Amino acid sequence: MTDTARPPAGGPERLVDQTGPYFGRFGGRYVPEALVAALDELEKAYHAAMTDEAFQAELAELHRTYSGRPSLITEAPRFAAHAGGARILLKREDLNHTGSHKINNVLGQALLTKRMGKTRVIAETGAGQHGVASATAAALMGLECVVYMGEVDTERQALNVARMRMLGAEVRPVASGTRTLKDAMNEAMRDWVTNVADTHYLIGSVAGPHPFPAMVRDFQRIIGVEAREQVQELTGRLPDLVCACVGGGSNAMGIFHAFLDDTDVELVGFEAGGDGVDTPRHASSIGGGDVGVLHGSRSFILQDEDGQTRDSHSISAGLDYPGVGPEHSWLHDMKRARYESVTDAEAMEAFRLLCRTEGIIPAIESAHALAGALREGRRLGDGAIVLVNLSGRGDKDVDTAAKYFQLIDDEGRAVTDETVADGEVR
Amino acid sequence: MTGVRSVAQRLGEIREQGRAALIGYLPVGYPDVAGSVEAMQAMIEGGVDLAEVGLPYSDPLMDGPVIQRATQQALDNGARSRDAFTAVRGVVEAGAPAVVMTYWNLIDRYGIERFSADLAAAGGSGLITPDLLPDDAQEWLDASDRHGLDRIFLVAQTTTPERMALTARASRGFLYAASLMGVTGVRSVGVEARELVARVREVATLPVCVGLGVRTAEQAADVAGYADGVIVGTAFVQALESGGPSAVRELAAELAEGVRSATPAPA
Repeated sequence: MTDTARPPAGGPERLVDQTGPYFGRFGGRYVPEALVAALDELEKAYHAAMTDEAFQAELAELHRTYSGRPSLITEAPRFAAHAGGARILLKREDLNHTGSHKINNVLGQALLTKRMGKTRVIAETGAGQHGVASATAAALMGLECVVYMGEVDTERQALNVARMRMLGAEVRPVASGTRTLKDAMNEAMRDWVTNVADTHYLIGSVAGPHPFPAMVRDFQRIIGVEAREQVQELTGRLPDLVCACVGGGSNAMGIFHAFLDDTDVELVGFEAGGDGVDTPRHASSIGGGDVGVLHGSRSFILQDEDGQTRDSHSISAGLDYPGVGPEHSWLHDMKRARYESVTDAEAMEAFRLLCRTEGIIPAIESAHALAGALREGRRLGDGAIVLVNLSGRGDKDVDTAAKYFQLIDDEGRAVTDETVADGEVR
Repeated sequence: MTGVRSVAQRLGEIREQGRAALIGYLPVGYPDVAGSVEAMQAMIEGGVDLAEVGLPYSDPLMDGPVIQRATQQALDNGARSRDAFTAVRGVVEAGAPAVVMTYWNLIDRYGIERFSADLAAAGGSGLITPDLLPDDAQEWLDASDRHGLDRIFLVAQTTTPERMALTARASRGFLYAASLMGVTGVRSVGVEARELVARVREVATLPVCVGLGVRTAEQAADVAGYADGVIVGTAFVQALESGGPSAVRELAAELAEGVRSATPAPA
């Protein structure tokens, strides 16, 4: 390991060919020895699967007939009217089965689980998108499934908890620490250390110990591969800018990856700025964090001066995580991608705008990317092409958004014009 | 200071007495810094030969609920990385070597070189690193050489023979054999631990100590029959939680008796 980032492209080495364990000074494996054998086994199975035509065919068939790929590209002109003349194209991962990009990764990992002869999968989830996707893949492939979820998140995403249970998964609320995604991940790791013989840990982001960051990216890179072709077909050229929201960063790595070596295409990741990256309440690991080790790899994390993990905050449970995937940290270090923050308020404004202008209710995660697209579109101006990864749909967030916009009260009752007028509510 | 600082030397002396060592873990800052030092000293007075000074971390991947709760309380009470050195001094004063056990980010953040220097200055013997593999440990290997510190890595049932040899080569002081697959906590120690120690002995002459799951004098006696040391953590934290330093002292005495009652395997 060195202190400086590896040069972007040493000779013929392309950025898309990076496979870890290190991305520059980031990545690695900071895990208990008990997990090394499982990580080695996984790495071997994943490398074998990547070059195995039968595996690739099976996965492609599932994408086509089960999750609904290729996902569409939708141009959003009424939304783009607020973006200074830029064209905005949405990559519609929200249209996938289970409602987000998460299905791409879990189908791949669940197939690998079967190949490794394991019968049980565990997963961590924040907003529930990855939990629902994991429960879905487990049901489809006959695997036992346990999902760890912070207690706070089980409350703010009750509907997704119900969904996971309907699909046959066991949801275990985690009451330790901040009771959010970070602690769910700790708990899943602990389960894995204990049950590694028959269990695969289905990590949902490009985080965690090697080979997870590279493997999850490889299962998500289909987003960028499709989008790159679709945008060229639609516009006759590559986009000027690609943007995506970044929590752990799997949807962003998925769409960025196909463009990494297209140096004319700007890549921008939008982290959750919460109340503002200059306040203590945000989840911007790159924008407001430092380099450290969390959950098995070295990357940018939110930590205090001793190295204790700082609490993160975001209105979006899916972005409320104090770390980011190591490949993003590397792309930031070498300035191949830019990482900016979007506040809760900006994200919610973009959320409402997309609903009203295009008839699409986005996930609040994705609304961060939409807010970023408006900002970048205004900067680039007339005729610029901005590709946005619409990573998920907003069904799970309707409750949060409705409360935010005061459409329902704290008890979940609708606030109609009449009741407001009667003074019954508020 | 060097007499008490060498873990291998201390383990060797104990071995010459015809028994295995008793190693006790307690976290710094629980219930508070002074209280934790008092408890560690009570542990040594009761018969613990070597102390693991736990440095609390917000995301303890290897710890079960009992230790996690205690370390969280320590953090809530303001425990800081530098408090580890206060505890190390307290342990050394009480006459036992002290090794710090913590997760890598805290060391990384403090600075590997600076932590090593401060640990050595406090009289500490070395470091147990549950989430640092020898593969990624070059900076720590170098710093520990410079400061004469022991580096204690872990092996588990799933460790391959190749990695067993690699880990043994990188280790100094002793090798930590994780008896069970899983996190810390009081459970039974299975036959797997005995097999694991036997596998280590095939590739290394380094002392092997067994941790995770030891709770009673009988279990301690059993493990002392085949390992060079018996590591107890959760049971000490529980004793401290329920009965303060005096309960810790009593438990240490019981466990020490268990360790002494065993007939150790031939060296």
